[in-house]
Amino acid sequence: MRYKRVTLVAGHYGSGKTNIAVNMAIELSSQRDRVAIADLDIVNPYYRTLDSRAELEAAGVKLIVSPYANSNLDIPALPQEMYAIIDDQGLSCVIDVGGDDSGAVALGRLAPKLREEDDYDMFLIANRFRPLTRTAAEVAQVRYEIEVASGLKFTGVINNSNLGADTTAETVLSSLQFGRECAEATGLPLIATTVEASLYDALKDQVPDLFPMKLQKRPVD
Amino acid sequence: MAEKVLMKGNEAIAEAAIMAGCRHYFGYPITPQTEIAAYMAKRMPKIGGTFLQAESEIAAINMVYGVSSTGKRVMTSSSSPGISLKGEGISYLAGTDLPAVIVNAQRGGPGLGGIQPSQADYFQATRGGGHGDYHILVLAPSSVQEMAELTIKAFELADEYLMPAMVLADGTTGQMMEPVSFDFEIKEPPAKPWATTGTKCARPHNISNSLYLDPEKLERINNERYARYEIIKEKEQRAEEYLTDDADIIVAAFGISARIAKNAVDAARAKGIKAGLIRPITVWPFPDKAFRKAAEHAKRFISVELSMGQMIEDVKLSIECKAPVDLCYRSGGMIPSPQQVLEAIEKAAKEVK
Repeated sequence: MRYKRVTLVAGHYGSGKTNIAVNMAIELSSQRDRVAIADLDIVNPYYRTLDSRAELEAAGVKLIVSPYANSNLDIPALPQEMYAIIDDQGLSCVIDVGGDDSGAVALGRLAPKLREEDDYDMFLIANRFRPLTRTAAEVAQVRYEIEVASGLKFTGVINNSNLGADTTAETVLSSLQFGRECAEATGLPLIATTVEASLYDALKDQVPDLFPMKLQKRPVD
Repeated sequence: MAEKVLMKGNEAIAEAAIMAGCRHYFGYPITPQTEIAAYMAKRMPKIGGTFLQAESEIAAINMVYGVSSTGKRVMTSSSSPGISLKGEGISYLAGTDLPAVIVNAQRGGPGLGGIQPSQADYFQATRGGGHGDYHILVLAPSSVQEMAELTIKAFELADEYLMPAMVLADGTTGQMMEPVSFDFEIKEPPAKPWATTGTKCARPHNISNSLYLDPEKLERINNERYARYEIIKEKEQRAEEYLTDDADIIVAAFGISARIAKNAVDAARAKGIKAGLIRPITVWPFPDKAFRKAAEHAKRFISVELSMGQMIEDVKLSIECKAPVDLCYRSGGMIPSPQQVLEAIEKAAKEVK
């Protein structure tokens, strides 16, 4: 994928933002010298970018994360280093935003500088199999709420439709129409359709802009 | 068949409650169960239901008491410290013979503890939790699918036996995402002639009350209630028995621990050890029949828990100490690895040789 200096990954709660952000940061690290991933999730104290620390560090990705992530201190804390995202324009950055409009509030502090610099993408992540975003109209509503809360406009949609461990090639194929409808309902381009890496070969000739992903480890199988 | 969706365990509980006809939810936020409240806040207004964030856990459980008195299906949820606060209200519900569903997504304790998963509220849940002589039904899901299934079951059992039912989950089952199908058949709730719905001058007043001025009457009511508990113990025990028929070593584990234990049992079998798993699905009533049956041939038991050892007492009681029972545990929000459980099985296997 081609990246701008800052890539923001936002969307509905549980739509798959963290997995996508981690995979993008690792891909970006093969294209740029100085890459960081910033965990600005103030909503969910679990399943954080920190779970992928080993993979991120191996790829040379700097991790900007609250010292309280994955700890027992359950407060909406932001990492002090987050200002590097706007102060250090030599840094390429992927931002993992918290879910829904309540998570996007954290971007307010960064938004004026990001708008002024105008070198960012903000992707709306959508999963047709999440119960509250099953239709393009519901996704468009989430888009509106996040834009209002964050002060930033989305630049594209990513179809991340999956059923967790039950995902098959059929699951992905059955969601393509949904992906197109989301793009139409929001007026945004469809940037990519994601797929777990093991399904990539089976689908790459059938699905345009297919983005292969390595998934974070689960605590219990 | 309904298409599967991808949900967090907490969301699955909320959606299942709505399917079961619950239109009143009262809660107060606490990690790791806040998604239940968040989901209800989004869904209830769309279906003409009531979501209300109470000023405290105590307020929420008393709102549950009020709605239950009117005969409507009602739910509240919290996590360990919040469930302690609800204890008084749960005792009042039990003392009034009112049905209600209470969800506990357990977290590390005691005290404020931490937000990581735990099963250390086992004693609290299975012994009642509040003051006085009473029990509540306690169902322990081990997957997101079961979070949905057992929530519906909890509503049905609570109505059938006129008592509170708890879904005893934990931080992991609440937070993890799995595909879930809502292909459930929902039974019509039973008639509730006791509900305080207004006499319309056509019947005597119905009264929801747990205060008895006459101690003899209170004793009689308690005896009647305990007679009902005996019926429940006879009819409602549920457990999954996995590779138990020929097992020398029986691993006992519920909820999230059972998933880890199952992996360890498979690994032990691959090494030629005859291990099996009993997974209590109801922890009250405790499935003692399954354990007694296994004790006829099993030589040793292991209780795997996310606590300092609580269910182990029920395992010992149910097998009447016919075989030694070991404990394999982590606490404070930590989770045992399948390797740790496998080592406990291997150690037990050496002992019984």
